[in-house]
Amino acid sequence: MRIKAPKDFWAGLMFIVFGLGFAIGAQNYQLGTAVRMGPAYFPTMLGGLLVVLGLVIFLRSFVIEGAKVPPFFFKPVILIVIGTVLFGALLKPLGVVIATGALTVVGALGGVDFRWKEVAILFVVLAVFAVWVFVKGLGLPIPVWPGE
Amino acid sequence: MDLFSNLALGFGVALTPLNLLWCFFGVLLGTLIGVLPGIGPVATIAMLLPVTFTLPPVSALIMLAGIYYGAQYGGSTTAILVNIPGESSSVITCLDGYAMARKGRAGPALGIAAIGSFFAGCVSTVIIALFAPPLAEVALKFGPTEYFSLMVLGLISATVLASGSLIKAIAMVILGLLLGIVGTDVNSGVARYSFGVPELSDGIGFVTVAMGMFGIAEIIANLEHKESRDVFVAKIDHLMPNWADIKRSTPAILRGTFLGSALGILPGGGALLASFAAYTLEKKMGDTSQFGKGEIRGVAAPESANNAGAQTSFIPLLTLGIPSNPVMALMIGAMMIQGIAPGPQVMTERPQLFWGMIASMWVGNLMLVILNLPLIGMWVSLLKVPYRMLYPAILLFCAIGVYSVNNASFDIYLMCLFTVFGIVCVKLECEPAPLILGFILGPMMEENLRRAMLLSRGDPTVFFTKPISAVLLGIAFVLLLIVVAPTIRKKREEAFQEA
Repeated sequence: MRIKAPKDFWAGLMFIVFGLGFAIGAQNYQLGTAVRMGPAYFPTMLGGLLVVLGLVIFLRSFVIEGAKVPPFFFKPVILIVIGTVLFGALLKPLGVVIATGALTVVGALGGVDFRWKEVAILFVVLAVFAVWVFVKGLGLPIPVWPGE
Repeated sequence: MDLFSNLALGFGVALTPLNLLWCFFGVLLGTLIGVLPGIGPVATIAMLLPVTFTLPPVSALIMLAGIYYGAQYGGSTTAILVNIPGESSSVITCLDGYAMARKGRAGPALGIAAIGSFFAGCVSTVIIALFAPPLAEVALKFGPTEYFSLMVLGLISATVLASGSLIKAIAMVILGLLLGIVGTDVNSGVARYSFGVPELSDGIGFVTVAMGMFGIAEIIANLEHKESRDVFVAKIDHLMPNWADIKRSTPAILRGTFLGSALGILPGGGALLASFAAYTLEKKMGDTSQFGKGEIRGVAAPESANNAGAQTSFIPLLTLGIPSNPVMALMIGAMMIQGIAPGPQVMTERPQLFWGMIASMWVGNLMLVILNLPLIGMWVSLLKVPYRMLYPAILLFCAIGVYSVNNASFDIYLMCLFTVFGIVCVKLECEPAPLILGFILGPMMEENLRRAMLLSRGDPTVFFTKPISAVLLGIAFVLLLIVVAPTIRKKREEAFQEA
C-alpha cells in the first residue's frame, strides 16, 4: 500500500484520533436516552461521526492522488509560541512592560531578519502603547511594573 | 410606512455624536487593517471584543460592523497598488486592479472601487432593512426542531461554499461542534472534557480559538515567506474615473451589487465568495478581451460585490441568530458579552439596536468614501511599514486581548495551542473557518436537539415530518448532492482557482 495523498492521510488520522478521543472521553458521563439526552449523548454521536469521516479521508488517501504536505518551518512557530507564552507567564509577576519586552524580542527573533535597533524602538513604542491604552485608557487590571 | 419610521429611528440612533464617533473609529480601523496585508477583520474584531464590554451595546456593534465592511474598502487599495490582497476578499481585484495601476490608471481604479463599494453599501443597507423584518417574523415561529434543521443547513452550506475538500470541511465542522461543547453542560452540570482544569470547566473561549487559528497562525504563515512588497508609488492624480469608465462600469457595479447581496445572505457566504462569483460572472458578460489587462469592470464588479456581501451577511445573524461566517460568529460573541441573545427577538425587543446598526452601515459607507479617496496617500505610506515591525504588535494585541477576557494567562497558553493546531490544519488543507462556525453553534445545536427530541418523545423522524424542518433539511441534502455531482464540482474548483 502506498500513500497517494499524504495530506489526506494525516488529516484522516487526525480526525480519527479526535473522534475517538471525544467518544471515549464521553463514556465518563451519562448517556441518557433519546428523550432525555445525557451529557454524553451528543459528543458520542458526533465523535462516532468524526471517526467515520476520518476513516473515509484516511482510506481515500491510498486511492486518490493528492498533494504532499508542505514543509513545516519550525523557527517562526517555536519562537512566536515561546514569546507569547513568556508574555503570559511574566505578565502577572513582572508587569506588562517586561512581558512586552520578552514578547517583542523573542517574537522578532522568529522573523526573517532581526535588527536590534528596530526591535528596541518597537519595544519602547509597544510598551508605551500597552500601558497608555490598555492599562490607563481601558483600565485593564494588569500590573505595569514588577511587584505592583 | 413602517420602513421609513424604522429607518428614522435607526438614523436617530446612528447619528448621535457618540455613535458617529464609534462608527468613524470602526471604519477607520477597518480600512487600516484592510490596507495592511497579514491582519484581517477576524483577528481585529477578536482583539477588540473584550474592549467592547465597556461600551453601550449599540456603539459596540456599530463599531465592530464598521471594521468588517471598512476592511473591504481598505483591501482594494492594497490589491490595486501593490498586487497583494490586503484582505482575502480582494484577491480577485489584484488581477485587473494592478494591471490598471501598471498602465498609470491607479487613480480611476481606486475611484471606481470606492464608488462601487459605496453604491453596493447603500443598496445592501436597504436590502437588509427590507428583508430582515419579514424573515425575523418567520423565524419567531421556529421551534427547536426547525432551529436544529436550520443550523444543519447553515453548516452544510458553509462547507459547500468553502473552497477545498468537502468531506474535510464537514469533519472540521464536527470537530468544531465537539470543541464547542467543552465545559460545563447546562442540563446536568457535568464539566465535560475539562480534565480537572478549572479554567476549562467554563468552556473554551471563542476569542481564544479565533485568535489562535486566525490571528497568530496567520502571522506565522506570513513569516514563512520573505516579504516582497512592491508598492506602486507613482503619483496618483485624478481619482475620478472618466465618463467612458463610468459608462462601462455601471452595469458591472449593478450586477456585482445584486449578486453580492444574494450571496452574502447564504450561510457560509459573505465578502470572499461574493467577490469571486462577481468576477466570474463579469468575465462571461459582453466584451471579455480586456480581462486581466486592466479591465475596469474587473475592479468594479468584485469590489461592489464584496461590500454588498459583507453587509448582507448580517441578515442571518440579525434575523435568525445564526452566523454565516467567522466574522458574524464574532458578532454573536459581542452580543453575548453585552447580554443580548442573538435571534429574531432582537428586532422587536431592541429596535434601537437593530435599526441603529443598519442605519450606521449607510453612515459608515459615506464616511468610507470620504476617508478613502482623499486619504489614499496616507494609506499608501502605511504600506511602507515593513511586516517585521508590524507583526510583534499584532502578537501583543492578541495576547493582551485574549488575556483580558478572563484575566487569565491560561487563555494565552490555550491560544498558543490553537495556533499550532491552526498551522497543522492549514498544512493538511483543512480550513479553519468551518471549525469556527461549528464551534460557535455547538452548544446551540445540542440544546435544540435535546429540546426537539424531548418534545417529540424521542422520535427522530420529527425532523422530516415537520414541514419547515423537512424543507430546510431537503435544501441541505440537495446542496450536498450538487457539490458531489462531478460537473458542478469541476466548475466550483475552477471558480476558486481563478485567483
